[in-house]
Amino acid sequence: MKIYVPGDSGALALGADRVAAAVEIEATRKGIRADLVRNGSRGLYWLEPMMEMETEEGRVAYGSVSPRDVAPIFDLGKSHPRFLGRAEEIPYLKNQQRLTFSRSGITVPLSIEDYIANEGFSGLVNALKMTGAAIVSAVTESGLRGRGGAAFPTGIKWKTVLEAESDLKYVVCNADEGDSGTFSDRMVMENDPFMLMEGMIIAGLATGASYGYIYVRSEYPHACSTLLEAAEILEKAGYLGESVLDSDKSFHIEVRRAAGSYVCGEETAMLESMEGRRGIVRAKPPLPAISGLFGKPTVINNVISFSAVPFILANGAEAYRNYGTGRSRGTLPIQLAGNVKHGGLIERAFGVTLNELIYEYGGGTASGRPVRAVQVGGPLGAYIPESLFDTQLDYEAFIKIGGTLGHGGIVVFDDSVDMMEQARYAMEFCAIESCGKCTPCRIGSVRGMEVIDGIASGSQQIGLLRDLCDTMLNGSLCAMGGMTPYPVLSALNHFPEDFAERRKK
Amino acid sequence: MAHDLEGMVSHILEEMHALQGAMLPILHAIQDSIGYVPEEAVPLVAKGLNVSRAEVHGVLTFYRHFRRTPPGKHVLQICCAESCQAMGANRLAEHAKKALGCDFHELSRDGLFSLEPVYCLGQCATSPAVMIDGEVHARMNPEKLDRLLEGTES
Ligand SMILES: Cc1cc2nc3c(=O)[nH]c(=O)nc-3n(C[C@H](O)[C@H](O)[C@H](O)COP(=O)(O)O)c2cc1C
Ligand code: SF4
Ligand code: FES
Repeated sequence: MKIYVPGDSGALALGADRVAAAVEIEATRKGIRADLVRNGSRGLYWLEPMMEMETEEGRVAYGSVSPRDVAPIFDLGKSHPRFLGRAEEIPYLKNQQRLTFSRSGITVPLSIEDYIANEGFSGLVNALKMTGAAIVSAVTESGLRGRGGAAFPTGIKWKTVLEAESDLKYVVCNADEGDSGTFSDRMVMENDPFMLMEGMIIAGLATGASYGYIYVRSEYPHACSTLLEAAEILEKAGYLGESVLDSDKSFHIEVRRAAGSYVCGEETAMLESMEGRRGIVRAKPPLPAISGLFGKPTVINNVISFSAVPFILANGAEAYRNYGTGRSRGTLPIQLAGNVKHGGLIERAFGVTLNELIYEYGGGTASGRPVRAVQVGGPLGAYIPESLFDTQLDYEAFIKIGGTLGHGGIVVFDDSVDMMEQARYAMEFCAIESCGKCTPCRIGSVRGMEVIDGIASGSQQIGLLRDLCDTMLNGSLCAMGGMTPYPVLSALNHFPEDFAERRKK
Repeated sequence: MAHDLEGMVSHILEEMHALQGAMLPILHAIQDSIGYVPEEAVPLVAKGLNVSRAEVHGVLTFYRHFRRTPPGKHVLQICCAESCQAMGANRLAEHAKKALGCDFHELSRDGLFSLEPVYCLGQCATSPAVMIDGEVHARMNPEKLDRLLEGTES
């Protein structure tokens, strides 16, 4: 009998290894031949560790399993209180549109057989029969926009690199995933690393690049080691190396570890870091697509952007484009986090509302108190009050309400949150992470903390904070300084009652 | 010790100096093997990469991940970013400081633990999160943290 216990770090963080050990002990005790499989996570983190068993009806799941539950689950099966029925029928999962995360939790992350059996590499096989320009057109027609935050059309970026004349070009995957409330990149790297690499190889074929780097966050040791193993496996199997699947195209992937700097997620700071310097943002132009890593034309994309590509090449641009709304095409892996009952990954076509996500999927707060605000799009994203929860997830709709979708993270706060504290933290984070190149960001953020403290003690005026935000918005080179005012101003505008004078503890 | 360090660094340099943009991989390799990047390593790396000491020093001090003093036997990292804040990370951090008798970026009273803040471990769906010696733990609270620390001491 096959028994699945995820090896994803999110499952491990809740004790999955101890559950796996208990499964082996119990199987031995009962004399059952149990085949323990360490699959990936389906991203239903509120139900991790989620154990699955293969039965005649398919894979059935047990949620939030502790080692103590294992023996009774063996005895009681379906009648055990942790029994959830068929994994695929769990409403949280069933009501998703998983294109990018179609394999996550189903397969063993480092099994090429599993990957191929679930549509893996069919995009690459198609791409190998196409010209670079044809691949670029497919990506353009799919409507895919960068999922790292700036939402720039991926096909247009690739076209620039394809058309740049150079003996050497690079593909760089931005896996620095610095936004709080996000973990979809981590999930891909830990649970379906071949998909990311397939996307990068296709990007290489499309643009004429034969060398790829993955710049991965040092806070993700599990993802990092999975990537290293994955690259080695693909090399041995002939997907990476001098000849990709016996073609005349070569592609290599090297994994590089970041070193704990948020601003190094900004693409030009990332390039500086990869070249061995401090992560100071570069002025653009030149665009990295023209002069990027080591001065060569470089495709830079987020993990999720690359990961959307195999589906597009396997099923056609239309198939991807048919999902979504307005100019936001395809699906967005949404990450529901913070003070929420049912936190996890929700991949849905653009157009789903915050209300649906927070209440129907999320089930409200973990604390049971009312939701007061959500921050969407990471530390540079706006705080959104309940009155705007009917907003659809769509790039343009979020710009309209003074926010950003960013990398698709939603952090829920209950009514115990102090919005002035959150505004102060936004300034503090900017002060900690600023690369220091421009004054409004470097000095403005420190000044911002002082002004907020001044407002609290009654010695400063709110107008001063607005002026400061204005200076940062208009005078910063990159979005670090330029968007830190989003969380600050949204807190101020939607929750002015929290900015009243008070004595600080 | 100084001699060991020289041997270790020159071994790493030998292996890695040909990499494009070798600086970060080299600093990582040094920290991976001894837990930090000592001041004495700076001139060696500078020489190996043919850059100034100031350059190496500048890189080393820019990145939060790199330590310049030896860590405790164990490293406890507490996530202080928004999602974890929404689930009591600040209270958890205060508790850890009290329990270990030190502030962030310091060694615990007994010298066993280094206490560090991190900004997101990718466990935001089950906040708050901490990492001890590279192992993540989620849905943390002060009581669970005490047990975890007890289990780690030795
Ligand atoms: C301060 C800052 C941090 C960023 N962090 C990330 C990050 O962690 N991951 C990411 O993919 N993009 C990040 N970005 C966006 C990148 O600059 C870039 O737009 C992106 O990697 C391009 O890939 P995409 O088009 O696929 O989104 C950040 C931008 C800024 C200004
Ligand atoms: S806005 Fe801040 S992070 Fe961005 S370049 Fe200027 S100083 Fe650096
Ligand atoms: S914010 Fe703490 S794990 Fe992401």
